[in-house]
Amino acid sequence: MRVVVVGASLGGVRTVQGLHRRAPDAQVVLVAGEPGAPDGIAVDRPPLSKSVLAGATVEPAPLVSPGELLAEVVPGRAVDLDTGARRVTLRGGRSLDYDHLVVATGSSPRLLPGLEPRPGVFVLRSAADSLALRAACSPGARVVVVGGGFIGTEVAWTLHGAGHPVTVVEPLPALMVRGLGPVLGAALTRRHLGAGIDVRVGAGVAAIEGCNRVEGVRLVDGTLLAADVVVLGLGTEPETAWLRGSGLQLRDGVVCDEHLAARGVNGVWAVGDVARWLNPRYGEDLRVEHWTNAVEGAGVVAAGIAGEPVVHAAVPYVWTEQLGGRLQVIGRVRPQDEMRVVHGELDAAHDAAFVAITGGAGRLQSVTGLGAVKVLMGYRRLLAAGATWEEALAA
Amino acid sequence: MRVTVDLEACQGHGVCHMSAPAVFELDDEDGHAIVVADPVPADQESAAQLGADSCPERAITVG
Repeated sequence: MRVVVVGASLGGVRTVQGLHRRAPDAQVVLVAGEPGAPDGIAVDRPPLSKSVLAGATVEPAPLVSPGELLAEVVPGRAVDLDTGARRVTLRGGRSLDYDHLVVATGSSPRLLPGLEPRPGVFVLRSAADSLALRAACSPGARVVVVGGGFIGTEVAWTLHGAGHPVTVVEPLPALMVRGLGPVLGAALTRRHLGAGIDVRVGAGVAAIEGCNRVEGVRLVDGTLLAADVVVLGLGTEPETAWLRGSGLQLRDGVVCDEHLAARGVNGVWAVGDVARWLNPRYGEDLRVEHWTNAVEGAGVVAAGIAGEPVVHAAVPYVWTEQLGGRLQVIGRVRPQDEMRVVHGELDAAHDAAFVAITGGAGRLQSVTGLGAVKVLMGYRRLLAAGATWEEALAA
Repeated sequence: MRVTVDLEACQGHGVCHMSAPAVFELDDEDGHAIVVADPVPADQESAAQLGADSCPERAITVG
């Protein structure tokens, strides 16, 4: 059995490692095309917006060294997939036949017209991105972060901690509103403001000004935010362009069943940011861009290829280092759900501990906390056990 | 299968406990992982492996 894994992302590398355990006789080929990486293999990304950007970690850590992988590593980028012939074609013309193909091409930073990388304007995805941004942040450099999601706010916090004047511009009414909902989002927006980060919510960007170097960010209302460095945190888009016309169903990701097998074709799987799958826990198609989802999905794909299919039904988990602690979100904060603060207060010092839960459809749906691991852990257990909303409120 | 946690590296994410509650407990105060089944029973080996794989700090060794 020959397995071709396209993408040396976290999900791709962990799938290769999982196959080694689950299907030791499989011949595994890893197509490694991480931009900017000499061996095509990605680094571990979470530190890129944390310790690497802060300069506390000098060198980003590779996910794995090629020699450790027990797979044939083929540098390159896939450009075409023929699901009938079971053949993937790489840039330059080389083609690889497969019995099973794993799509692990991840996602790329979303860009908008006028909001694209150029000197002084950065995205944050690869090791090279992090090091370039770090190098551009000379002492005192004024930073504007466009996009107030988890990545944008984490970058803002890290650079604020490094002594830079930082402004975050977010078109929605609060920071992190997609991940945390409006109430928590608004409360943490106030905490960022209280900590000394300038936050402009409900603000659209008209243009990044400056010719040879960045001079500032012009908002739609005419305000000019002076800046030396601009960071774009506009979310990501799954890397599926190379799969167009392949017969795979593409809808903001590769559409998969609950085992992460791509729908409509045989022998194709997807893992990590690029996969949109039917999560049986929620009964709906989800695409999750979190670190742990890629790791857990890799185990699911390796099991499926080994002929021992399991369902991918893990509780989503994401963490971000900001506000002087670790903000952890377990489960899904859905806009329609009810929220209760069960520990601490939201309107408090920026690093004051709190835990908030959300519930809907009769169930505990999520728990979010900062600096209160013990309390968080209790609700985490309830969530994993499928507790009702009433049980969670009574806990 | 043996399992160890590097408590210097462990940051208390608690993901291992979610993956393998019979192998990893969490310290009540700081959430650091505590191994409660070492050696790992045969029926918990794949869960323990997932717990190790899922550690964002790569603090868990199995083998």
